[in-house]
Amino acid sequence: MMSGNSNGNVITVKDLRTYFETEDGTVKAVDGISFEVKQGETLGIVGESGSGKSVANLSLMRLIPNPPGKIVSGSVLFHGRDILKLSAREIRELRGKRLAMIFQDPMTSLNPFMRVSRQLMEVTQLHLGHTKEQARAHAIKMLEQVGIPDAADRIDSYPHEFSGGMRQRVMIAMALSCQPELLIADEPTTALDVTIQAQILELIKHLKAETGASVVLITHDLGVVAGMTDHVIVMYAGKIFEQAPTAELFQQPGNPYTRGLLRSVPDPMAEHGKLYQIPGQPPDLARLPPGCPFAPRCERAEEICTREFPPFVELTRDHHSLCHFAAEVYAETANG
Amino acid sequence: MTTNSKALISIKDLKVHFPAGGARFFGRSNPIVKAVDGVSLDIQPGETMGLVGESGCGKTTLGRAILRLIEPTEGQILFRDQDLAQLGAREMRAHRRRLQVIFQDPYASLNPRMTVSQIIGEPLDTFHLATGAAKRRRVSELMEMVGLSPRLMKRYPHEFSGGQRQRIGIARALAVDPEFIVCDEPISALDVSIQAQIMNLLDRLRVQKNLTYLFISHDLRAVRHVSDRVAVMYLGKIVELADARAVYADPLMPYTKALISAVPVADPKVESTRQRIVLQGDVPSPINPPSGCRFRTRCPYAIAACAEVEPQLVEIKPNHFAACIRISSEQPAIESVAPGAAPGFRAASGAP
Repeated sequence: MMSGNSNGNVITVKDLRTYFETEDGTVKAVDGISFEVKQGETLGIVGESGSGKSVANLSLMRLIPNPPGKIVSGSVLFHGRDILKLSAREIRELRGKRLAMIFQDPMTSLNPFMRVSRQLMEVTQLHLGHTKEQARAHAIKMLEQVGIPDAADRIDSYPHEFSGGMRQRVMIAMALSCQPELLIADEPTTALDVTIQAQILELIKHLKAETGASVVLITHDLGVVAGMTDHVIVMYAGKIFEQAPTAELFQQPGNPYTRGLLRSVPDPMAEHGKLYQIPGQPPDLARLPPGCPFAPRCERAEEICTREFPPFVELTRDHHSLCHFAAEVYAETANG
Repeated sequence: MTTNSKALISIKDLKVHFPAGGARFFGRSNPIVKAVDGVSLDIQPGETMGLVGESGCGKTTLGRAILRLIEPTEGQILFRDQDLAQLGAREMRAHRRRLQVIFQDPYASLNPRMTVSQIIGEPLDTFHLATGAAKRRRVSELMEMVGLSPRLMKRYPHEFSGGQRQRIGIARALAVDPEFIVCDEPISALDVSIQAQIMNLLDRLRVQKNLTYLFISHDLRAVRHVSDRVAVMYLGKIVELADARAVYADPLMPYTKALISAVPVADPKVESTRQRIVLQGDVPSPINPPSGCRFRTRCPYAIAACAEVEPQLVEIKPNHFAACIRISSEQPAIESVAPGAAPGFRAASGAP
């Protein structure tokens, strides 16, 4: 299955740009991002609302509604093959089989009028050519694997008969039915309670170890990123602001935005005091300021930041930061 | 729990029960949802009392019942030595000035057809506090207080971001000079960078205006940060109550331990080494909660007696209360997992 030029990467994204035409003009939701995910690796994509993290992932799956959205340039190589150049039929072959996605709200991806059994069976009947009996047996096995008790009895229930956490499990079972090589999880635990979140994250970790799948995990929660990922991308205003191995990003961020985000998460062990806050509001993508989009909120901004777009500075071989002062910030954070 | 005469709000054995499922079953009594089922809590003047728990634990119902936005079924809510639960609608309205609320969803809690100045000014009209130029002055003063430019007074809610809308909601709550504010998930709908802004704003206002908060949230990190004391709820009951620091550093009740251990920490080094207690299963239905201790069906330490005895909130360590029969002041830690009995233990549960 592997093509020659994929360098062991499951997915390689190059200069991806996804724009939306709106009443306010062109919104550059994703504006020139590049990254790669290696076999068995988990990549975290962090950002606030409007940062482009979800649009980036919908673009990987070719799920951008057109109009108003359009992937205007770039390539998304999946084992060396450009997903963006595939025909509708070819992309359907991949989706659900080799590329799977789970969303924040399971009710948006489960059909409320269909029994869970039928929804799960459809996937393997379509992609793996299962007979009805095979598909049913496989579906029960998948539900057991994701920890649904009495799977054989509950498989004919409707989605609303499951709790939120159980529904998320059903969706994970569906996504993993065909042993995908890449799982894209967009805020998979945001709607769940913290004890259920812990269950689901453990489950994703466990299944990943078992199947060797690669995962792209989109989240706003830095704690989830810290515990789940190997590499992290921090997005802001459609751009990658920082990209680094997870441990390094937390220990020595090279971008003022990342540093601000990390400092604004309350530390449960620290004493009550004023929490660090990033001033201002996330930018309006239709009216981005000239220069660095974060400059109006940045504690480190100087005159050049409001004038010139910052360079994407290489701090180490796999640590990059979009900032005029990346090297300085990186040096500052070295000492904590 | 000891009764403290200094408390600003003193809740005694409060219950809020709802009939479930509407009136569909003729001749059959509807099942009862015991959303809040015997809560006692003292909130001291000037403190922030954090209230945490998972969805369906009753934390929001408790917050609203204190303000009589939901009618309590039983129990007392003492505020300045008066029982709010006993007041008639007219008397309660007079107290509303002192008791305000900030809601979770800044998109749903502001009238989209009203300007910011109308929204913030409305409570001033309701309580006849200011009119004309005095009212305009007060509105711009309130806007400045919460970090909004008074120039935006004539704008409508949709022209603001989520964080700014929450500031509008806070200004509206402050308009009547309240003493006590129920903050019901005030930061849950906001971005991380904006959450910090709103937490700092609430804390600054508390000090400046000598406010008392009940801060309700499912976000344990946020609650830890803003609260002086924290109460943990599970299925309609408070199961642990202590200083915020103690609840996090030294949780006693098994549910609190699991809850704290489930919170992801933004530090990969901590995350890779920490022991996480992953609870099995979901929260049981509040219509027919488990007998005895309500957490026993998910508790790794449950023993047979947990199904028989309803645990009381007792002081295990100084000012640190927990409801669990497996711990006591002599033995505050559970020594071992009960052999055989847990966690699947499901002996005779109470009849429906």
